[in-house]
Amino acid sequence: MTALLANDANSLVWWSWVRGHTHEIWLATGQHFRLTVVAVLIGFLLSTLLAAVVLRFRWTYGPILSAANILYTIPSLALFGFLIPITHLGFRTAEIGLVSYTLLILTRNIVTGIDGVSVAVKESADGMGFTRWRRFLSVDLRLATPAIIAGVRIASVTTVGLVTITALVGEGGYGVFILDGINRRFTTPTVVGAVCSVALAVTLDVTFVLIERLLTPWSRRGIAA
Amino acid sequence: MVQARHRGLMHTLSLFWHYVTTANNWWGTTGIVERTIAHVRISVVATFVAAAIALPPSVALGHVRKGGLLAVSIVNIGRAIPSLAIIAFLTTLTFFGFGYRPTLVALIVLAIPPIFTNAYTGVRNVDRDIVEAARGMGMTSNEVLLRVEMPSALPLVIAGLRISAVQVVATATLGAIVAFECLGSFITEGIAQQDDGKLLTGAVLVAVLALITDGFFILLQRALTPWMRRRKRRGIAPVTADIDVAATAAAH
Repeated sequence: MTALLANDANSLVWWSWVRGHTHEIWLATGQHFRLTVVAVLIGFLLSTLLAAVVLRFRWTYGPILSAANILYTIPSLALFGFLIPITHLGFRTAEIGLVSYTLLILTRNIVTGIDGVSVAVKESADGMGFTRWRRFLSVDLRLATPAIIAGVRIASVTTVGLVTITALVGEGGYGVFILDGINRRFTTPTVVGAVCSVALAVTLDVTFVLIERLLTPWSRRGIAA
Repeated sequence: MVQARHRGLMHTLSLFWHYVTTANNWWGTTGIVERTIAHVRISVVATFVAAAIALPPSVALGHVRKGGLLAVSIVNIGRAIPSLAIIAFLTTLTFFGFGYRPTLVALIVLAIPPIFTNAYTGVRNVDRDIVEAARGMGMTSNEVLLRVEMPSALPLVIAGLRISAVQVVATATLGAIVAFECLGSFITEGIAQQDDGKLLTGAVLVAVLALITDGFFILLQRALTPWMRRRKRRGIAPVTADIDVAATAAAH
């Protein structure tokens, strides 16, 4: 506790450093947020395409998931190592790496979610005279929303963590503080980087929980009833 | 433009080839051999220690069917904290210093959640009817655990170990940032020295090691749970259909 309350460069957090760096912290927040959101958005669009292919051509599920799993297995530092000689340090390199890690989780959750819609529900919709597309959009997709958002939540939280590593590619974010702390053997920036990163991950996670509640009002009614 | 980039790629590949075919880069304390051994050794130690810490409580909790919230929270927390942050934070504690020790401790901490959650889910989700049948046959609680629940949970337990081991191999790479000599050192040095040959060498070795680790556990799972494949062939849905849902690895 004394380490927290003390106020010098040797304590766990040197508060005057934090106060003197609020501008840098906000700058890093913006960079970290942008890298994460762009990656999850592009990843979501690509995964939607992949999921559409899988739902149309069933045999592609195995190969597509295996390919995504191989991408997911390759450590981020190694993936950046492959990309840097080709795309050089920068935003593009960071995003290619980040997007490739979202594909496995997102594609799998979209497909599982849509597959999980019960046949009885689909038949009821058919019986009510829904066309195939209308049924997909207003029944299948809606009932799959919780699974899809669960995937987006995991992908976002994972990406926030990975963005700390993109500091090595020179794209800023909280990783800069962490690396700075390591290089100067100075605790404060490291702790600030770690705490901010976790806070951003939790904020995004909570945001998506709220979005899910808005999109699936029936699940709340179900709990209340 | 396209041609220039093409030449760039070929040039990079030739740098890579030059690096891996130079004998000097293989031997010595900072050579490929020494760093590969260090990388594999820390990964094996971390995975074993994490399994030793995580398996007993998770199996026990799954057996008594309590602590579901703990299992979910532990995996969510593990996912939210960036691995780089854990390593970096440990180096700030003077007790650990730099290099091997903070890296090892961080790897153990990161490897625990997937092992814990999967083993817990595996034991807990064994079909109640099967457990009741075993009790009806006169098995004691311990016998049910050892002869019914543990074998049924085995595929998920191995899946947890697989996720953790792959994550450990991947995260050990980050140890290079805190001066732990491993395959990641080729990557960090390659970036710092703008040596694309060295950079690619590190990237290839780390990626191959991660894929080998993944493959090793797939084979282990096949060898230890032959009944899973028989089931699949006969078209019976695997008991542990929720393998994928239960566990996704954290960022690495």
